[in-house]
Amino acid sequence: MAVVASETPFHVLAVDDSLPDRKLIERLLKTSSFQVTTVDSGSKALQFLGIHDDDASTVSVHAHQLDVAVNLIITDYCMPGMTGYDLLKKIKESSSLRDIPVVIMSSENIPSRINRCLEEGADEFFLKPVQLSDMSKLKPHILKSRCREHYEQEQQHQQSDSNSNDCSSPTNMSSSSDSSRKRKAEDNEEILPQKNRPRHS
Amino acid sequence: MEYSNLQRQAASLKKSLFDQGYLDEQFCQIEYLQDEASPNFTEEVVSLFFENSTRLMTNIEQAMEKNPRDFSRWDVNMQQLKGSCSSIGASRMKNECTSFRNICGDENAEGCMRSFQNLKREHGVLRQKLESYFQVLRQAGPAVTAARPRGM
Repeated sequence: MAVVASETPFHVLAVDDSLPDRKLIERLLKTSSFQVTTVDSGSKALQFLGIHDDDASTVSVHAHQLDVAVNLIITDYCMPGMTGYDLLKKIKESSSLRDIPVVIMSSENIPSRINRCLEEGADEFFLKPVQLSDMSKLKPHILKSRCREHYEQEQQHQQSDSNSNDCSSPTNMSSSSDSSRKRKAEDNEEILPQKNRPRHS
Repeated sequence: MEYSNLQRQAASLKKSLFDQGYLDEQFCQIEYLQDEASPNFTEEVVSLFFENSTRLMTNIEQAMEKNPRDFSRWDVNMQQLKGSCSSIGASRMKNECTSFRNICGDENAEGCMRSFQNLKREHGVLRQKLESYFQVLRQAGPAVTAARPRGM
């Protein structure tokens, strides 16, 4: 798997209340050259991301306040308290976090659930158990998000008559993006993973 | 000589686990992730699975006692357990979970009780068989759990 020419690996925040599943996703991510942080709940994820649960929609935390940039969030759907969907919504409501790609995982293949997540802005939906081959779907979302960021920064610079940035130079997640919040489902190439997997119930 | 006997024994144990449907391909995926950096990964994940599944089954058992005919609660708990089983490749357990959920959907409390007893039995058998397997693996030594070539 090709690694993008940047000095630090991409950092993924993985959220799952199940300890064996957390161990698995961590290993899958590390094997795929990601730096990984795991948390066991949506509220801990928000804490790590630097926003407070109760005022996520009004408080905008500048990304530089994050100790480590997070390039992608992968979360289980079914969690007690805050579900993966609730977490997704909070992330998309936050001006500083909304551009971080979010992937939802679930052991249940429920089309209405999947569509709801995609409509709310999830970039990808993985059916559990997540496979090593699923990991190769993550980088494109990170890179797409970065390119969009750089493009917008370039636009802003052009407007102020300065030189445009080199798209390949890595930067931290910026809070100055004006990109639209909701990603359309059509933007996603694969909505349901193709697997020869027996379907239950 | 003894060394390769243990290897054969491990391979044979594993084969029977697959042939008898206790494990499915997902278990292979987990073993594939094991390497020199993470030499006991499979056993660690399996151990976490049994801790997790034991706890979930206790929850289900308590729900069946304290919340009689609360089928939707039973189903939600069983859904969690099923997800856990599928993560590890515990195929027979997973199938029993599905069966339970179907019976739950029919609101058949006695059927659920029976299914749950089956599940407990499967859980116990799987645990025993995997413990034997890992024991033999440990005795057989590092060559048996050597990293597979990472093909991309």
